[in-house]
Amino acid sequence: MSLFSKENGAIFTGPLNLNNPIAVQVLGICSALAVTSQLKPAIVMGLSVTVITAFSNVIISLIRKTIPNRIRIIVQLVVVAALVTIVSNILKAYVYDVSVQLSVYVGLIITNCILMGRLEAFAMQNGPWESFLDGVGNGLGYALVLVVVGFVRELFGFGTIFGFTVIPENAYIEAGGLYINNGMMTMPAMALILVACFIWVHRAVNKEENK
Amino acid sequence: MEHFISLFVRSIFVDNMIFAFFLGMCSYLAVSKTVKTSLGLGIAVTFVLLITVPVDYLLQTKILDEDGILGVDLTFLSFILFIAVIAAMVQLVEMIVERFSPSLYNALGIFLPLIAVNCAIMGASLFMQQRIKLEPEATQYIGGVGDCIAYALGSGIGWTLAIVGLAAIREKMAYSDVPKPLQGLGITFITVGLMAMAFLCFSGLKL
Repeated sequence: MSLFSKENGAIFTGPLNLNNPIAVQVLGICSALAVTSQLKPAIVMGLSVTVITAFSNVIISLIRKTIPNRIRIIVQLVVVAALVTIVSNILKAYVYDVSVQLSVYVGLIITNCILMGRLEAFAMQNGPWESFLDGVGNGLGYALVLVVVGFVRELFGFGTIFGFTVIPENAYIEAGGLYINNGMMTMPAMALILVACFIWVHRAVNKEENK
Repeated sequence: MEHFISLFVRSIFVDNMIFAFFLGMCSYLAVSKTVKTSLGLGIAVTFVLLITVPVDYLLQTKILDEDGILGVDLTFLSFILFIAVIAAMVQLVEMIVERFSPSLYNALGIFLPLIAVNCAIMGASLFMQQRIKLEPEATQYIGGVGDCIAYALGSGIGWTLAIVGLAAIREKMAYSDVPKPLQGLGITFITVGLMAMAFLCFSGLKL
């Protein structure tokens, strides 16, 4: 099978839409909700998860035939924990302010169900290259939801995108305008409702495929 | 004593694992279909929290910290160590429950081993690690095994409260007419969102 065959393409693009880890597989919800109050941490988190899923998938897939079945969960957890430690230290070194904002949620990538789910369901049965594609695809599918939710929450909650003000200053009520930031968007509760709306739209659009 | 009570009540209502930090969301959504199983899972989570948070606290302060026995700052190992402790403890709890209370073991079934990858457990240990560094006057400060137990118990009860509440709502909601694409997961999210909004009113709680 060639590296870029049709099957491999499907492995990669499936999780982006029809098999999205958050909207369809219901994996990795915790961090998806907690880090999306602004766009920048959401993107950093999405990329970290993509990197960790891809590499843990490759590593587990390489050693899958040597792992005894009974202790496979522990082996998987140790591989993931080692990768998360590396990523967490890289984040602390290069984007310190974002890593402070993400706080415990970087460490919680270890217990992110996307990782365990993909390792159990895919990497244990497939070769390294397919597993890599599956990991990247699932990571990006997860990042996609994070970016959508983060974009909406930052735009309406703070009136900014990436920290740049996009709502004109004089539109605000303090400056005589009519606009006011929606403080509710910055609250945890809105993240849940926005993800619910995302799932709603996703299911409504993909109605035929789900049946 | 006052600090224990304040830490305990705060971790149930204000710093609720589900509504403030979204921890343990996966099993929260998957298991909250009936009140009975969700209560069982809640008790199991509380139980594991009560063991792992104090153990991780001792590991963090006595071994990983610079002032510990080894005298080297090994904090970068904390993720691996914490998850190993959690996985081992869950295994241990599973064996103990199986030996002494087969009926509870059967009731919990698959959920017991799954607690190892429940973010609420890992999250509580990581929050504990952060809170050690706070000022001793802060209400969220954790400075001893007693504080850890109060925090773990509060978090566990808060989690149980949240999952039992959602399960009760979902049992009733089975009879409602929900739009087709919103059925199942979507409406559950909206319910949890509304519950989280209700819990927001505790955020001004001063103790």
